[in-house]
Amino acid sequence: MTTTALAHHTSTGQDTRKIAFWTFIGSECMLFGTLIATYLSYEGKSVTGPTPQEILNIPVTSVSTFVLLMSSLAMVLALTAVVRGDKLQTRLWLTATVGFGTMFLAFQYYEFNSFVAEGLTISTNLFGSTFFVLTGCHGLHVLIGVIWLTTLLILSWRDQLGPEKAMNVEIAGLYWHFVDVVWIVIFTVVYLIQRGPVA
Amino acid sequence: MGAPAATAGSVAGAHGAADARSGVWGWITTTDHKRIGILYGVTAFFFFLLGGLEALLIRLQLARADNTLIGAETFNQLFTMHGTTMVFLAIMPMSAAFFNFIIPLQIGARDVAFPRLNAFSYWVFLLGGLFLNSSFLFGAAPDGGWFGYANLTSIQYSPGMNISFWALGLQILGIASLAAAFNFIATIINMRAPGMKLMRLPVFTWMSFITQLIVVAAFPVITVALVFLMFDRMFGTTFFSVAAGGDVLLWQHLFWLFGHPEVYILILPAMGMVSEVLPTFSRKPLFGYPVIVYSGMLIGVIGWAVWSHHMFATGMGPIADSYFSSVTMLIAIPTGVKIFNWIATMWGGQIRLATPMLFAVAFIILFTIGGISGVMHASPPTDLQQTDTYFVVAHIHYVLFGGAIMGIFSGIYYWWPKVFGRLLDERLGKWHFWLVFIGMNVTFFPMHLIGLLGMPRRVYTYGPELGLEQMNLVSTVGALLLGFSMLIMVYNFWWSSKHGEIAQNNPWGAATLEWAMSSPPPVYNFSVIPEVRSRLPLWTVGGVTEIPDVPPEPVHVPGGSYWPVVAAVGILVFFIGALVQSLWLAVGGVLVLVVSVFKWAFEPFEM
Amino acid sequence: MSEDTVTKPPHAHPSVRTYLAIAAILTGITVVEVAMFYIPAISATAALAPVLLVLSAAKFALVVMFFMHLKPDSKIFTIIFTAPLLLAGLMILALMTLLGAWWLG
Repeated sequence: MTTTALAHHTSTGQDTRKIAFWTFIGSECMLFGTLIATYLSYEGKSVTGPTPQEILNIPVTSVSTFVLLMSSLAMVLALTAVVRGDKLQTRLWLTATVGFGTMFLAFQYYEFNSFVAEGLTISTNLFGSTFFVLTGCHGLHVLIGVIWLTTLLILSWRDQLGPEKAMNVEIAGLYWHFVDVVWIVIFTVVYLIQRGPVA
Repeated sequence: MGAPAATAGSVAGAHGAADARSGVWGWITTTDHKRIGILYGVTAFFFFLLGGLEALLIRLQLARADNTLIGAETFNQLFTMHGTTMVFLAIMPMSAAFFNFIIPLQIGARDVAFPRLNAFSYWVFLLGGLFLNSSFLFGAAPDGGWFGYANLTSIQYSPGMNISFWALGLQILGIASLAAAFNFIATIINMRAPGMKLMRLPVFTWMSFITQLIVVAAFPVITVALVFLMFDRMFGTTFFSVAAGGDVLLWQHLFWLFGHPEVYILILPAMGMVSEVLPTFSRKPLFGYPVIVYSGMLIGVIGWAVWSHHMFATGMGPIADSYFSSVTMLIAIPTGVKIFNWIATMWGGQIRLATPMLFAVAFIILFTIGGISGVMHASPPTDLQQTDTYFVVAHIHYVLFGGAIMGIFSGIYYWWPKVFGRLLDERLGKWHFWLVFIGMNVTFFPMHLIGLLGMPRRVYTYGPELGLEQMNLVSTVGALLLGFSMLIMVYNFWWSSKHGEIAQNNPWGAATLEWAMSSPPPVYNFSVIPEVRSRLPLWTVGGVTEIPDVPPEPVHVPGGSYWPVVAAVGILVFFIGALVQSLWLAVGGVLVLVVSVFKWAFEPFEM
Repeated sequence: MSEDTVTKPPHAHPSVRTYLAIAAILTGITVVEVAMFYIPAISATAALAPVLLVLSAAKFALVVMFFMHLKPDSKIFTIIFTAPLLLAGLMILALMTLLGAWWLG
């Protein structure tokens, strides 16, 4: 009885929530696509500084990129643990995912603060506007993911995250990995490929 | 999913079930797709009348040259709100009313995939509509046109709350549309009855499905554009600031990237409705069903590649102009294919000109006229003569009134008996039809000429020396006729509720599944989930397994929930916070939203 | 909690070993990307942007195919996801062209 929703007849044999969620992710592609298109279309058109070359911190962002990648790994391991019914590993890997996600947010907090200190705000120039809105929107997604995964972690501590809830974890995982792939794109097109020669 | 003992659900068939569904509270907490459909329909029709009233005021102002009935400022607010209301608060949600009521019945489901999300969509839509219209109370209705071009909308040129109301209101409505789209896509993909293969889906469901796919891709684009706009206004970002190196055309590109697919969001459901009505009243299966379906898909895809034909006047250069011009003309092909299919459906059929059929036939005629004038300004040199004149106004009204509204009216007369259990009066219906048909042409046909003779749209008055006074007066008379015809329609609604003929299961002798059950359908829809063996289940011997009048075993119906309403209120509060720039209000709104999402996720609610 | 609670697994998901291998590849590619950025002999050439884009696309594909299980899962999900992804990609190119982004000269 506990899996009535899953056991329901469906036309495709697939979970309905999963179909809806992939549709949502498709929609998110267009959301981030529009933000990235705007960033790229405006790149190098700011009439005042600071410019990306002057201000983007590649070493720090490389580390935060790695952190987010590791959180994705922790997420898939958490899912396999849930499917196995391994409570200990479920908690371990969910904690790791949440921890890495929080670390990423801390890095972003540090980055935004240092940019503001160096004179780049959301209203300074085109770069500031497009950069902060794009990466801020991504950060907001990470924050929502951290809250979502924390909820799952609490459920796990309460022994309410058994194998029958694997789909709940899988869907949270889909969200989390998608946020990760968006960052993979942002890291490349915003941080690594910059306008003009890199000194 | 929760423990069975703790569900708020009820078992239909037992008398106790009625308690949870009665009264205002029953409607507020309802998750029944049929009730949500009715709520959508009533709300959207109300906004439709409101938008019509705005149009009447516009026409009265333009009835005479140098008229002083309405000032320029009010005029700007009226045409902006007329367009915004008709697109986002009338046509889209009227279609949504049919998605809600009809799709689950057509595919053989007991409800949509996510009933509470469905309720959430409605409440967000309602609150968004009220938010947008509350601007009138503050004398600050949006006044930048329904496509709100930058940089007229910047804080420098529009310092009041008008544009903020518009941008934030559309943002709220976007949430409702997206939530509904995910829901219906999942429903149509996954909730079909056994045997209801994709190529057996009724065409209305098909066109609605394509519509939802477009919504999913198009609304994020306008969401981002509106965020840019609001950030420019609130936080001094530079997205549309030319001084900072920004490009005002970014707004136009993003708006029309959304806006052109939006046109198909408005018309495809109506195309689906007439594709149900025409076969029913011709006693013939739809001609070329697969071709109609594929044409719909093709329209949905090509619709993405033509947006800049709204921007020929911005001087994009010969390459872009040629590309967007030719692809725009290409769209005429799948559209034309559909028109031929509809005509071929009627060809040789036993045509019965009942009211739904009259509207459907008028749809074909008027939409074709609108389509042809559309092909005219697909050509850049022609477009440069027509853009921002009344010619374009004529075109859009032939497509959206002659097309979308006529299709929706056809749907209203067609499905009314299924929804309310009584037929509308045919005599009143025919009066309504002819007045609308004549009124619509008298109103909008002269606008072609007015526009070609050079009258620009969105200007609150004009001089007598233009020589356009007579034609404008004719147009205004037509508008009054249209307004009057709506009174007949409303009277018909009222009359039917008192004296309308009681509807049988299938009063029109239609072929699709929704007509296999009582009118109105029982709360659980299907007493047993049928097995479908034909594209025309009710016109085929053994096309569908028997659906008994009384459920052989109790059917579980999910109970209501008030968390969707609370979540919607949270969203509203957040946007009010953004409007009045109150951080506390915004944070409060988010908190309400978060709490209700959690309550929603953890409340026992059995499907 | 009867037998039928253990519904069939949502297709055979990759093993833990595969996940670890993918994560190692992802890390490796990231290291290469950052290295390319810092080696002047590479970062000064016109090849930098295209190569970085290809590497980034490879990482994207690996996460989506394996961590998000698109590869073993039903084709339905692949269609639902790749159609708007493709559309978003085309939209980016179109907007960059129309708005005259520096990338396209």
